[in-house]
Amino acid sequence: MSVQTQNSAARTGGLRAWLTTETPQSRTQAKLGRIYLGWLTFTRNTLAVVGLGIMLLLVAMAVLAPLLTPYDPLAQDLGQRLLPPSGAHWLGTDAFGRDILSRILYGSRLTLMIVLLVAVTAPVAGLLIGTVAGYLGGWVDTVLMRVTDIFLAFPKLILALAFVSALGPGIENAIIAIAITSWPPYTRIARAETITIRKSDFISAVRLQGASKARIILGHVVPLCSSSLIVRVTLDMAGIILTAAGLGFLGLGAQPPAPEWGAMIATGRQYVLEQWWVATMPGIAIFVVSLGFNLLGDGLRDVLDPKG
Amino acid sequence: MITVHDLRVTFGHGADAVAAVQGVTFDVKPGESFGLVGESGSGKSTVLRAVVGLNHDWTGTIAVDGKPQTPHRDKAFFKSCQMVFQDPYGSLHPRHTIDRILAEPIAIHRLGNADARIDRVLRDVGLGPQFRFRYPHQLSGGQRQRVAIARALVLEPRVLLLDEPTSALDVSVQAEILNLLKRLRAEHALTYVLVSHNLAVVAGMCDRLAVMNRGRIVEEMDAASLRRGEAREGYTQQLLRASQGYDRAAADSFKDFA
Repeated sequence: MSVQTQNSAARTGGLRAWLTTETPQSRTQAKLGRIYLGWLTFTRNTLAVVGLGIMLLLVAMAVLAPLLTPYDPLAQDLGQRLLPPSGAHWLGTDAFGRDILSRILYGSRLTLMIVLLVAVTAPVAGLLIGTVAGYLGGWVDTVLMRVTDIFLAFPKLILALAFVSALGPGIENAIIAIAITSWPPYTRIARAETITIRKSDFISAVRLQGASKARIILGHVVPLCSSSLIVRVTLDMAGIILTAAGLGFLGLGAQPPAPEWGAMIATGRQYVLEQWWVATMPGIAIFVVSLGFNLLGDGLRDVLDPKG
Repeated sequence: MITVHDLRVTFGHGADAVAAVQGVTFDVKPGESFGLVGESGSGKSTVLRAVVGLNHDWTGTIAVDGKPQTPHRDKAFFKSCQMVFQDPYGSLHPRHTIDRILAEPIAIHRLGNADARIDRVLRDVGLGPQFRFRYPHQLSGGQRQRVAIARALVLEPRVLLLDEPTSALDVSVQAEILNLLKRLRAEHALTYVLVSHNLAVVAGMCDRLAVMNRGRIVEEMDAASLRRGEAREGYTQQLLRASQGYDRAAADSFKDFA
């Protein structure tokens, strides 16, 4: 027993030494060491760890939803409608007798899908457009930034509403609308960061090696812009979830009977005085996940801030 | 090796135009070490940046290795002519390991055999293989400047342009870097153009030098006469006096040479 503990202690000690060594022996070791140091900075911020915990919980909920609840989120049972929280239905039931807990658990899949799809489209587009505009300058910059300005000039929710009404209501169209309306701020950030570094000596040095513009932008400019962008995206995720919920609430996002949290609040609002749990429970879910993203973003800023 | 004739560089347009370099002409022979000396703002770095192709807005003639150059350079030019920057804290990408920094030029020029080349060039500049996978922030200023020199050498150029390579380093490290540069020039038969405001550095490193003031070359001389303090022009004599350290009487006697 004690030998085993000693062994594992030696192994973790060895691993830590391997990760924090001043003289890494390979690319992988250097990269892992850097990640480990970032992890140490991140865990120093307790609230950020709470945020990460909430995110992991959200993912676990989405993956394990069928195992966590015996009820079908879509199965109606009008004999059981609007029941208060109890042993059988922990968070009560809604107007169609559906178990609210199951709907929240399955709804986390929709939330996660919205978050992931927006996160892989809008910031990537913004990053590319912003770095290209900032690095190339001249008329390319003028054209790209004027287009960005046009998109920035519209109020976000109104533009999303216009897109959804043009494309037809539905969760996919809501995601497209959110992505289309959320890239311009990322473009601005990426362009501003690019302009501060494009004249720096390390960019001049790689130009003097004969590197192509694409190589400079992708290999040298993007890595320096992406950290502030990641922080911004994480902090924006709360807003994106709220926008998706808002579209759901207005009946333009997920369509019934999909268990989308915003749509659940919308249907619960008729009963909010007598059967408060119908609207409150999904509201709490939205609140907790938004809070989680904000805390996580705060912690990531500590880790990724290049000036820190 | 390098011929610069009537080089003029102007920044800005119209009323805001600043003529940074006004008709500079000099010649550097193969294997020679040539110094450009002058105070801040004399245009010496601008000359270097025009020669290497970082500055596009110039007129005149620049020929490197017998080939006349246009403002835009091709890959073959960069293979034969490299530059080392003044500030080793700004010239290395903060998110790239030394390995990545040195592998980049090899990848761009498709030279192949990256591992052996990186090992060799790191040994060449006096850094062991243990530095290879570190990040720039884990290195001292002198070590960073060695990496910057290694990056310039990895393409095996024939011409190395040095823009104040030691002025951002402290004095003991300066000597190490200068000795390294001397050794590398001898070993690789390099041609140097060294820009500096430090006359002692130029006297020790260069065979010949040109003194610049306000965008013009005031005087060309060889290093031996600089060491003997034989300057023809008043501006050069004043620069020599200024380089001997602060002296109130000397400082009071300084005048503006337009």
